[in-house]
Amino acid sequence: MKRIYIKEEYCMGCRICEVQCLVQHSKTKNIIKAYKGEYPKPLPRILVEEMGHLSFALQCRHCEDAPCLDSCITGAMYRDELTDAVLCNEEKCVGCWMCVMVCPFGVISRSEEKRVASKCDMCYGKTEPVCVKNCPNGAIVYRDEEKNEEC
Amino acid sequence: MKSVKYLIIGNSAAGTNAAEAIRSVDISGSIAIVSDENYRVYSRPLISYFLCNRVDENRMYYRDKDFYYRNNIELIAGIRAMELNVKKKSVKLQNETIRFDRLLIATGSKPIIPNIGKIAHGVFTFLTWDDAKKVKEFINEKKARNAVVVGAGLIGLKATEALVELGIKVTLVELADRILSSTFDRNASSIIENALKKYGCSIITNDTIKNILYRSKVVEKIMLRSGKTLKTDMVILAIGVIPNLDIVHNTPIKTDRGILVDEHMQTNIQDVYAAGDVVQASDRILGKVRTIAIWPNACKQGRIAGLNMAGIEKLYDGSFAMNSVELCGIPTISMGLTEPPDNTFQVMSEYDKDSSAYRKVVLKDNIVVGTIFVNKIDRAGIFWGLIKDRVDTGNFRDCLLSDDFGLIYLPKEYRKHLVTGPGIEV
Repeated sequence: MKRIYIKEEYCMGCRICEVQCLVQHSKTKNIIKAYKGEYPKPLPRILVEEMGHLSFALQCRHCEDAPCLDSCITGAMYRDELTDAVLCNEEKCVGCWMCVMVCPFGVISRSEEKRVASKCDMCYGKTEPVCVKNCPNGAIVYRDEEKNEEC
Repeated sequence: MKSVKYLIIGNSAAGTNAAEAIRSVDISGSIAIVSDENYRVYSRPLISYFLCNRVDENRMYYRDKDFYYRNNIELIAGIRAMELNVKKKSVKLQNETIRFDRLLIATGSKPIIPNIGKIAHGVFTFLTWDDAKKVKEFINEKKARNAVVVGAGLIGLKATEALVELGIKVTLVELADRILSSTFDRNASSIIENALKKYGCSIITNDTIKNILYRSKVVEKIMLRSGKTLKTDMVILAIGVIPNLDIVHNTPIKTDRGILVDEHMQTNIQDVYAAGDVVQASDRILGKVRTIAIWPNACKQGRIAGLNMAGIEKLYDGSFAMNSVELCGIPTISMGLTEPPDNTFQVMSEYDKDSSAYRKVVLKDNIVVGTIFVNKIDRAGIFWGLIKDRVDTGNFRDCLLSDDFGLIYLPKEYRKHLVTGPGIEV
């Protein structure tokens, strides 16, 4: 299974990943329209944390023992059979925010207008997530999961 | 006599997750789920959304229509399990007896009914989908304009919210001195109380129901312990729930307030497991063994019970009280021990009255043991992780409530432990 990995030491804090993620998850897929024209404003599913020289991007880890899967009251959170990714079915989501409460990475956002949970879906359907593709410094990579590492 | 490999009594969070877990590792063993509710598994927390039409019938279901077919699970719905014989490894249902290899008891909670005499037309508990349907029907039939909700815990408040949305004037009666007294402190309670009052609710605290007066067989008034009387069209009793232990009577299964289980979710009887609201298991924070009757806990326990039943060892490492609920449009999250019992605990909090934003962190020896978030709930899950993993926050405790608090404040080793593997290389 392919997963997204972050190399903290290469992150420049430029946030191109956040911008590209937002555009990818917009209706128009056009950067100007996504930022200025769409309502509700689309949300990036990746977030960059920064403190001094240190910065890194964070998104859903698609955990093996995902606490968000256990906490979802509607069954909106589910695991995709093909990729093992944890995905949110927005049509079932009622915005109870249980997943926000239990994600230890804090990478699930609230779409307040749509009243649904919003998180990384590894750009489902694309060969390469856009954060990986557009990172200028190779701080975000996409490769096969290393099964021997503990979560 | 019919025989199944895995028999599950209870078709809600724990029962369903157990069945899924079993099927994920045992593709052929027969699984049967018995439920006295005549429905496919539905999301119990959504019954208040159903009551006020925020959610229709289709969105009530926790899994889709072909879930039972795809997973080769037999659902015996609308049939009560009457008697369990652990020696013979059989369960007597209303219409047949079934033998099992492994049994899971996931019978959940039942509502506490106060000792107030006869319960009749216009008086409801609020735990099942049928309860919500009955309330809806009654409101339409009687053109109910007002209601009394007894109990201002989570069930009572969600019922209140739904009734308010339907245009009904609600009076909340609560025994404690504030609403949500088991999860919220005074600050958090008062934010929600003010919001409820803005929506036209009356709140009576330090009081409870004494009895109900009927006229022509329908509720007319209720009398409170204080002597107050309230005229009302209907009453919802939401004073609490207890584990549904009916099936365990006359068996050697050990119980206290709930069914006692070990870390494999197995009872004292070999091959008999229990999970969900019906169980008493370890509370990580309080260090006690108690019932934590919430949806995420039931799902997790069900999953772990199922794996163990199917021969895959997986240990249950305990849980703690937690809830995320939006009330009157205000998102709230509470976790763990929210009111320190003595001064060996440290408390950090910030309260912005203008925006009704409140955040509180309770620590013991620099370890987070409880939190409350009202309105500012984003990334609250990071604290869930800090509680669960007993992280020593000594070096960054002062930053816990800063707006940009995140994983970057955590020590590199913890961040690496938390995110490496399927995550960050540090």
